[in-house]
Amino acid sequence: MFRFILNRLIYAVPTMLVMIVACFVLMHVAPGGPFTSERPLPPQVLANIEARYGLDQPYWKQLWDYIANIVLRFDFGPSFQYKDRDVNDVIAQGFPITLTYGVLSFIAATTIGISLGLLAALRQNTLADYLAVGFSFVAQVLPNFVMGPILILIFTLHLGWLPGGGWYGGQWQYLIMPVIALSTSYMASIARITRSSMLEVLNSNFIRTAKAKGLPTHRIVVQHALKPAMLPVVSYLSPVFVYVITGSVFVDIYFSTGGLGQAYVNSALNRDYSVLLGTTILYGGLTIFFNLVTDLLYAWLDPKIRY
Amino acid sequence: MAFAANAPSVAKGRSLWGDARIRYLRNRAAVLASCVLVLLIAFVLIGPVFAQYSIEEIDWGIMGQAAELGKPTLANGHFFGADDLGRDLYARTLQGTTTSLMVGLIGASVALVVGTAYGAIAGYVGGRTDNIMMRIVDILMAIPSTLVIILLMVIFERSLIMIFIGLGLTGWLTMSRVVRGQTLSLMQREFVEAARASGVSDVMIIWRHILPNLLGVVIVYASILVPEMILAESFISFLGLGVQEPNTSLGALIAEGAGTMAYGTLWQLMIPLSFFMLTILCMFFIGDGLRDALDPKDR
Repeated sequence: MFRFILNRLIYAVPTMLVMIVACFVLMHVAPGGPFTSERPLPPQVLANIEARYGLDQPYWKQLWDYIANIVLRFDFGPSFQYKDRDVNDVIAQGFPITLTYGVLSFIAATTIGISLGLLAALRQNTLADYLAVGFSFVAQVLPNFVMGPILILIFTLHLGWLPGGGWYGGQWQYLIMPVIALSTSYMASIARITRSSMLEVLNSNFIRTAKAKGLPTHRIVVQHALKPAMLPVVSYLSPVFVYVITGSVFVDIYFSTGGLGQAYVNSALNRDYSVLLGTTILYGGLTIFFNLVTDLLYAWLDPKIRY
Repeated sequence: MAFAANAPSVAKGRSLWGDARIRYLRNRAAVLASCVLVLLIAFVLIGPVFAQYSIEEIDWGIMGQAAELGKPTLANGHFFGADDLGRDLYARTLQGTTTSLMVGLIGASVALVVGTAYGAIAGYVGGRTDNIMMRIVDILMAIPSTLVIILLMVIFERSLIMIFIGLGLTGWLTMSRVVRGQTLSLMQREFVEAARASGVSDVMIIWRHILPNLLGVVIVYASILVPEMILAESFISFLGLGVQEPNTSLGALIAEGAGTMAYGTLWQLMIPLSFFMLTILCMFFIGDGLRDALDPKDR
């Protein structure tokens, strides 16, 4: 087990490096820098600014410094846009917000999705099953950027129950709509996957044996069926994680939460390369870390996997 | 003649594709979805003929008073109403739907070609080459693809071509994995061995024996990719990072409609939203039908 984790960790390092280098190269071949504006700056001023941010150094040195700073001091460098803040400040300000409702959405999508799927599978071809399947089909065409406007239309404009945006320290009224908007479509996918995989397991031979020897249904489900039925669901968790990260960009902007996604798109529009690079690397690093976690979970669930 | 009628009729062999077609046609939801999609494509192709305005033409009489004067009506030629600037929503929705369909089909085709070629080569060559090729895929998969596309759109120009490149760059990864796995199992089969024993070249084996057998799996995965790509493009356009004005896409139109829905111009949201949901729903049903028809697991 320890070797498996170590192996995966070693593997994550080149992945991170490739990602950083690729992003770095992309940013530097891009036409137009963060300091190109409508009114060109005098060359002397431009040279001074570039020296201040180290942009006058050769590329390999810039890249080396950048990676060294991240690895040694966890420092993503200064922001090109805001003079008084560096990238770490931007991340420290936005990330806790995004993390809060992101984690809540993830929990909501997995728990409700799995419960719905199990319910549908165990009560196959009943009203509950049809309702769950119907919901999961409709909800698939309701991605976050469709759910957001619909929710605001109903709960803010028509009923006036919930505030249309803002954060205010994450009070529950401000959390409900972002979480629903972010989790609905993945909840549906998880429910579908859980249902079909549970049905497949319930039809397999070892479950028939368990039934034949007279085990009560709840013990069959909990002790025998649940673990193998969760395998496809667990392998779908990493995509869900990526969707939550990407979707948070929408939620941050649409519900004005002040989260990291807002900083991400602003930096994209303002060509604030250091913030863009920093957030991309953070998102990528989180994804890699989460892939590791799901790998471990998968190895624990599936006895066929040996490390 | 009576004798001939009594003779046991020779059972006609059913090919894989004939089988698949029968199964697909039996799936009512998939057939209905295909019909709707065909109608939608026809509408998108023929619809512009009836448009009274171009996508960027501003109706000055409506501009600023969209809530009162811009309602969907046959009278003034704005069949789907007008947006806040007084532009014709009929023409714009048609263009947005075209964009979405094109993104889905072209993006998925690029992913299909690249992913199949990559996966088939990795699986066929095997050994260290396969190992390295698949590690590269693993690395690329760890990066959230929508963010890559946003990055590309920011760094290079914002255009439809760039979206295709971005979607194509990120979409082939899963496909290549699936194809590689399938190729590895095909390599164990007798007919490949027979072909090799009779001296067929590697290229011909891949072309004549591996690829045709991959087709089913590839089509199923491509049909899953299409709605995913449409969703990704709409997402990016919603954020305002997609195609540039005056060109538009369903995501951008939904964003515009969502921005003005508080002012009593609900059709600006609902019309593009309906088109979007209809398109995605059709794609999902068709993908489901294709999977049921072609997935060898269910046989």
